[in-house]
Amino acid sequence: MTNHWIDYRNSDVFMNIGGNTAENHPISMKWIEKARETRGAKLIVVDPRITRTAAVADLYVPIRPGTNIAYLGGLINYVLENELYHKEYVLSYTNAAYLVSEEYDFDEETGLFSGIQDDPDRNAKKYDRSSWSYQTDSAGNPLKDPSLENPQCVFQLMKKFYAKYTLDTVSKITGCPKDILEESYRLYASTGKPGKAGNILYAMGITQFTHGSQNVRACAIVQLLLGNMGIPGGGVNAQRGQSNVQGSTDMAILYHIIPGYLSAPKAASHPTLADYIEKETPAPPCWWSNKPKYLISMLKAFWGEHATADNDFCYDYLPKLDHRDHSHIGLYKYMGEGEIKGLICWADNPAVTGPSAAAKRSYQSKLDWLVSVDIFENETASFWKKEAGANPKEIQTEVFLLPATASFEREGTKANSGRWIQWQWKAQDAPGECKADLQIAYELFKKLQELYAADPNATFPDPITKLKWDYEGEDGRVDIAKVCKEINGYTVADGQYVTNFVGLKDDGSTACGNWLFSGYYNNDENPACQSRIKETEGIGSNLGWSFAWPLNRRIVYNRCSADLQGNPWNPELQVFWWDEEGKLVKNLDIPDWPGAWSFEEAARFPYIMLPEGQARFFSNGMVDGPFPAHFEPAESPVPNLLYPKATFNPVSQRWYEGHLAETEEERSKYPYIMSTYRITEHYQSGIMTRNMPWLNETMPELFIEISEELAIELNIKNGETVLVESKRLLKNGEQKSIKAKACVTKRLKPMTVNGKQVHVVGMPFHWGYCGMRKGAITNDLSPSVGDANTTIPESKAFLCNIRKVG
Amino acid sequence: MSMKLSRRTFLKLTGTAAAASILAGSGFQSRLEAAEKIRVHYAREVPTICTFCGVGCGILCHVVKNEHNRDVIINTEGDPDHPINEGSLCSKGSSLYNVSYIYDSQGRPKPNPNRLTKPLYRAPGSDRWEEKDWDWMLETIAQRIKKTRDENFELTDTVDGRKVTVNRTNAIAWLGSAFCTNEENYLFNKMARAMGIINIDHCARL
Repeated sequence: MTNHWIDYRNSDVFMNIGGNTAENHPISMKWIEKARETRGAKLIVVDPRITRTAAVADLYVPIRPGTNIAYLGGLINYVLENELYHKEYVLSYTNAAYLVSEEYDFDEETGLFSGIQDDPDRNAKKYDRSSWSYQTDSAGNPLKDPSLENPQCVFQLMKKFYAKYTLDTVSKITGCPKDILEESYRLYASTGKPGKAGNILYAMGITQFTHGSQNVRACAIVQLLLGNMGIPGGGVNAQRGQSNVQGSTDMAILYHIIPGYLSAPKAASHPTLADYIEKETPAPPCWWSNKPKYLISMLKAFWGEHATADNDFCYDYLPKLDHRDHSHIGLYKYMGEGEIKGLICWADNPAVTGPSAAAKRSYQSKLDWLVSVDIFENETASFWKKEAGANPKEIQTEVFLLPATASFEREGTKANSGRWIQWQWKAQDAPGECKADLQIAYELFKKLQELYAADPNATFPDPITKLKWDYEGEDGRVDIAKVCKEINGYTVADGQYVTNFVGLKDDGSTACGNWLFSGYYNNDENPACQSRIKETEGIGSNLGWSFAWPLNRRIVYNRCSADLQGNPWNPELQVFWWDEEGKLVKNLDIPDWPGAWSFEEAARFPYIMLPEGQARFFSNGMVDGPFPAHFEPAESPVPNLLYPKATFNPVSQRWYEGHLAETEEERSKYPYIMSTYRITEHYQSGIMTRNMPWLNETMPELFIEISEELAIELNIKNGETVLVESKRLLKNGEQKSIKAKACVTKRLKPMTVNGKQVHVVGMPFHWGYCGMRKGAITNDLSPSVGDANTTIPESKAFLCNIRKVG
Repeated sequence: MSMKLSRRTFLKLTGTAAAASILAGSGFQSRLEAAEKIRVHYAREVPTICTFCGVGCGILCHVVKNEHNRDVIINTEGDPDHPINEGSLCSKGSSLYNVSYIYDSQGRPKPNPNRLTKPLYRAPGSDRWEEKDWDWMLETIAQRIKKTRDENFELTDTVDGRKVTVNRTNAIAWLGSAFCTNEENYLFNKMARAMGIINIDHCARL
């Protein structure tokens, strides 16, 4: 989130798109309701289904799964055509005026941008992005046209790009009636008025697509046009589904980054530390110009005294990536091919949550060994059992299942969606021999260090034996305070905490595990992450409660809450006060600019993480296009109306041959659009909640939601068990299926898409073959095809068939 | 009626009491007083963060010492001092107690029988789990990691005709986790990279 949960109370209009706040983040609804009660705020819900959030909305906008860019592109076009954008904001804080290279081009037949190339390794296409660039002067500075009239300026290119996204066309693509579309556009565009705050809330309902990242980009473009970024009540707010999914991402449990969102080193572009620094470090004042300080401080935290300037601070010890994708879909493919022989799984249950899960479970039998750490027996660890449909005798994989502690049986911090890093105190001693993951990780790596130290023939033991692993506390237990200190950072010479990341150096004199967290635990007595001081008046920042990264800032890009002269767009939600000399005299949030800068300087560079310091409508940061363009999902019942020769996102990797229903004949075999989702009473793979009787009582079993109209067509009654099929369960000509109870509902309606009627159905995915309540695994149906930028699987729109039993 | 109240009956009764006090005309203050009376006064309050979604609600655990001098929770409820949830919780958050304890048919709490309490091992071809001790498990896992890593380790790779130090193994995959704390994830990342693992992902992408 750019903003935070309590800040919802400051919004005037909410657009809940691809998220279901009332169902999946229930308590945060109180802050939406607060804004409705106190400010008369309006709630728009854009969703294929009348969700629990839609049920209380001021305006419900039904759209077909996978058409978010068409919907948002229509909004962008509406705002531009009707001149409803925040002109001063757009001119001051974005790249609207920048001139784009004459080489840049877009083909409206194919939906392809300039620079397209074949990428046979990935069975897809890729872009040479060099034409997606600014025109520059001889010194390399971007050329601009503040009148916004030059046809090559970003503003004009954007206007031209989205001119095709008319109400008529968008209505045909999305299946949403034109009057509802227009009403939603008019209502949301009302926040383009200075002083009004529009808030876009989303979740997996826009990310789990082959074009998911571009969906989010489209949200960002809307928010920039309307001047909704960096202001109280505004923002692009990803409502995250797990208690520490923000923190686990910050800590880089992802192959492509290392802690604090630094790129993981690649063999091709970063063979040495000097290469890494040269390629990854932009010029100041962009904040990433500090990157070498963060990388070298991290290397010092990792390899301590062994990391010196002479050996590039042990940069060589960090593994270097090859050119392949090592995300979930990729690594399970390599597992199926026999390349991966060992899997270590910490509180993760991919046998239920991963796409094409049935196939993935079978790949696990190729492993020599599998380690699973959990509080309950889970499906991933039990894939060899009869209940999983396997024959144990045929599976040679050794499995180690380690008992972990529950959340309230361990201490540490978790980062919520608003980036608040809160301390979780330990309340109870865990039962039996359970251990916290921190302790397990600590002991396991100590064992490994001993094994390597004892073996003179070990392969390159240095990164392991020399890793700094000195967290020992009392009785052989790990001392979490030592881990916290290392993450926060300290000066090497005297071991003193650094106050925050501003104190980090690139000469090896400081160590810091994750620069972004620096400041969260910078003293022993009263670390900020344990602070519990509630705000009594203000704008809801609660600066005394926990610690928000970065630097305890609650709204990022917050210089944009005021105009160039420092006057707030909304005087009732003023964040900063300057005196006549331009000195900051009062602030209700932590400024998002260096302390030495005047407010004028800060206004010239408000998007401090970008080299140009101004937000991008047009961006070369995405692999699949500088503007978000509408593409159909990989499996879709209809062709692309905007770009008639387009396939699904051309940059998205095709992992498996024959995996998708793409031909006319296949589409007719699987005629319904399936969207998977979560429900309040269960959590993710369900392995916790299916072992909680109170929740099982409220939501006992798997179901499939189908409209009354489809139920009549298929002669299916509410409560009847049905079979659900997809191409993933078609093996050697034999169609398999999973079973679910039919929930015949008014929440779904047939949609008319370009004159053709299509049915959308939906299923939660919280069941499996372990736990107190069992059920089929919905993800056995979903495809292993992912977003071009992130490889997140397309779980929100794929094709299926439904049959009566017998 | 039995002296032992089921949870549901208990909730009904307290709900009725609160409603009665409002009807009596003494209003909001009485509701607060009624709530205060049913608080657990003999237990220690420990604040924790809800383990489910990303809202980050505060939960208070009521903790007592059991007969083995171990800290055990007897109740969990929304933390009224927490600025985000202000005491309220959703159906999952308010059921957190169930992770540890469930009720028997008499309405008495008992440990959740499905919690794992001992390390379990499944041998190749076996159809069952066997209990093992921690030392054996961690020692054996470390040996497996070492063998797999050492047999599948690339010190260098040739990229565009250049020899590059890569120090990686493609043969091990590491997943998780968004359930674990930041400090745990920090250690996961640190040890995984030190081993040369590059197949790293977790449920953030699912």
